[in-house]
Amino acid sequence: MYLWLTLAVNSIALGGLLFLLSAGFSLIFGLMRIPNLMHGSFFMLGAYFGVSFLAHGANFWIAALASGAAMAVIGGLIERFLLRRLAGDPLPQVLLTLGFSFIIADICLMVWTGDPIQPATPAGMTGALQAFGIFFPLYRLVILAVAVVVAVALWLLIDWTRLGAMIRAGVDDAPIARVVGIKVSRLFTLIFCLGAALAAFAGVMGAPYLSVYPGLDSEMLPLALIVVILGGTGSLLGALVGSFLIGFLYNFGQAMFPDLAYVILFLPMVLVLVLRPQGLFGKVVP
Amino acid sequence: MNSRHLRFAAIAIALSLLATLPFWVGNAYYINIASQILFWAIFALALNVLVGYAGLVSLGHAGLFGVAGYTAALLLQAGYGHGTAILLALVAALAAAAAFAVLALRSTGIGFLMITLALGQILWGIAYRWVSLTNGDNGVVLHGRPAPFGVSLATPSAFYYTTLVVFVFAILSMVVFTRSPFGASVCGTRDQPRRMSALGYHVWLIRFIAFLFSGFWTGVAGLLFIYYNQFISPQVVALQTSAEVLLMVISGGTATLLGPITGAVIVVIMKNVVSAYVERWNLVLGVIFVAIITFMPEGLVPGSMRLWRLGWRALTNRRTNVLKSLPEPPA
Amino acid sequence: MSALSVNALCKSFGGLRVARSVSLNVEPGERRLIIGPNGAGKTTLFHLIAGELSPDSGSVTLFDRDITRLPSRKRAHLGMARTYQIITLFSRDTILHNVILALLGLSPLRWNPLVDLKGQHDLTERAHDALARVGLSHIAGRPLAETSYGERRRAEIAMALAQNPKVLLLDEPFAGLSIDERRGVRELLAAIPREVTIVMIEHDMDTALDLANRITLLHFGEVIVEGTRAEVVNDPRTREVYLGE
Repeated sequence: MYLWLTLAVNSIALGGLLFLLSAGFSLIFGLMRIPNLMHGSFFMLGAYFGVSFLAHGANFWIAALASGAAMAVIGGLIERFLLRRLAGDPLPQVLLTLGFSFIIADICLMVWTGDPIQPATPAGMTGALQAFGIFFPLYRLVILAVAVVVAVALWLLIDWTRLGAMIRAGVDDAPIARVVGIKVSRLFTLIFCLGAALAAFAGVMGAPYLSVYPGLDSEMLPLALIVVILGGTGSLLGALVGSFLIGFLYNFGQAMFPDLAYVILFLPMVLVLVLRPQGLFGKVVP
Repeated sequence: MNSRHLRFAAIAIALSLLATLPFWVGNAYYINIASQILFWAIFALALNVLVGYAGLVSLGHAGLFGVAGYTAALLLQAGYGHGTAILLALVAALAAAAAFAVLALRSTGIGFLMITLALGQILWGIAYRWVSLTNGDNGVVLHGRPAPFGVSLATPSAFYYTTLVVFVFAILSMVVFTRSPFGASVCGTRDQPRRMSALGYHVWLIRFIAFLFSGFWTGVAGLLFIYYNQFISPQVVALQTSAEVLLMVISGGTATLLGPITGAVIVVIMKNVVSAYVERWNLVLGVIFVAIITFMPEGLVPGSMRLWRLGWRALTNRRTNVLKSLPEPPA
Repeated sequence: MSALSVNALCKSFGGLRVARSVSLNVEPGERRLIIGPNGAGKTTLFHLIAGELSPDSGSVTLFDRDITRLPSRKRAHLGMARTYQIITLFSRDTILHNVILALLGLSPLRWNPLVDLKGQHDLTERAHDALARVGLSHIAGRPLAETSYGERRRAEIAMALAQNPKVLLLDEPFAGLSIDERRGVRELLAAIPREVTIVMIEHDMDTALDLANRITLLHFGEVIVEGTRAEVVNDPRTREVYLGE
């Protein structure tokens, strides 16, 4: 019983992290129509940045935000100067992001070496909450809380602001949005920066829980991919539902069928791609 | 001397160089590199059937490569003979290719890419995690190579010649395929799938068969790979391998047969050179990827051919007849 | 027996009804012209007839054979050929190769992975004949990318005719052509033998009107008027549709 509850708490925490990671991925996919294969790299690099900031004595939240900001800049530069050159041609764009994922992975290996790094849980969030006779690690609940806050913020942005309306228009039909006067190219850059920032922030948040190590990017990217495929591209609700679904599937799957962990994850993704390509909540992508 | 004679001459020279390579190279290390180039070239040619001719970009081909490799390796480990292992490995590769195709062909473009990516990852996950089956990260070790007609393939030269023979067969099959009516159908589905349907072609089935053809030669390359390395591990089935072979295809150019071969030469040599000096192959791979996609989307071979044609004309002072290619002005 | 018959064909995209119980009967050898303002659903009707779209209800029959559930490739084999409003040919290839592809589409040879396509002289000759019929023999070897729009339109018609269709669907064959080119294509179409039934969508009344035996006027996915040239031209509803009176 204790095992299941622990797994459940872990799943919720992982789900929260996945949402932070996938929300950006979903927006990028929905708006720019490309699966950003360097999204896992943003997560990992962001986590490494956070680790370095922390090592220089920064406050945990400052480190997370600074890492997000740094990744926004990096993502923005890549989008503006490289991805935009290939506008209109999704395949080369995807391959470009793939190429960058290799570059970033190797740079991380060079700079931070191969040993896993696990920063300490931030002060004030250590310890556990006791309820129903069980201990829930406080930090994991914090992750969940942060994810919820970000989800609400994103929802307000997308559904209630003018910028959000433009984003939704772009997701619906980018060429027509252009015709109507929406500067879609700038939206692309903005969303790419936002996605990168969220991924990096998620990386830092996840660092005390998952630790940071080479290969983290290849582990997180498929999860983001699955979440978005299941939940539907461009749909925040889909990313939310999908994240928690995958969080549970991943943790329980690992515990119950360690041999088939990957198959358990990817099989639903393949099924959805094949049977309902727009995901559970997404719109049909032409 | 017209271009057809030139091409024959070039092919004849290339073949004679290849056939005598162990003699003028001498060093076993370089003979081995040549073998590697050849079977990676087969892999690249196989992928190009889909990427270049069918217009379907797959990021999961390492999965098919691995299915053949692991099937053979595990069968050999279980005590079966080489003949059985090779045959069943190819059957497995074809079956996997058929499964891939049925799932991935529900979509085209990015959808196809993602499904093949996911399928490749599933196979990697099996290789990596299903330790009781595949021995996980420790991989599977082979002992020895087949000895067809009693001839041992243990030496680098012997293995090289075997690989060369297989390579020649692969190229011949590609040549026949591209020149055939079926090959024209495949290219047609790449350019105008809707029009092809309207003209009476069964677009899905054409793509399916192309996938099987691609899967077959990918399997062959996988077999050569494990016999060369005497070892297979999950690394082989990883996304990075799919990316490397895709890089070979796009760097060399997808429109010709020479393109993937050139790409294989470039990537294999770079990988060996870079890995010998520094552990930064991933970085170099990524940079080359980015550079080629950004600056040379058509690939090195078509780009160079264009330059060659321009250069030749410039050298022989022939004015390029640009005017001739314009349509006739109205009377 | 009618050549092509459409019965109560209905199609909606979400809330948008693009075909409202459309019914048509085209006799063998007839030249039917389908007209209507932009957005009337003419091309959608063609997609439904050719099999690229499947209807929500209703049926399509070809020489009394129900083809409603048949995929478009099978309809090609039953003798249906079509051209498109926007010309989408194989621009990497020569005009000749484009026609060869059209011929190959109906031939079992298209599955053959062993022989050399260039060695199929019978096929090549038939392709040359098809090009000669539309007056493009002189540029058979030219890459499609280097041809004019008018030449491409004629190549597309050559491809359709090369398949010896029983029913030919032409979607705005005169669109984008100069006056001279229009005359050329008009002559081409007029010369098509009566074995081929033609259904044509067209905006350019001047050129298309005297090619037609009967005219069907579509508006908002519905058949408004149908009849001979005179009947449709004089019908007050026609004026209403075009001028909104």
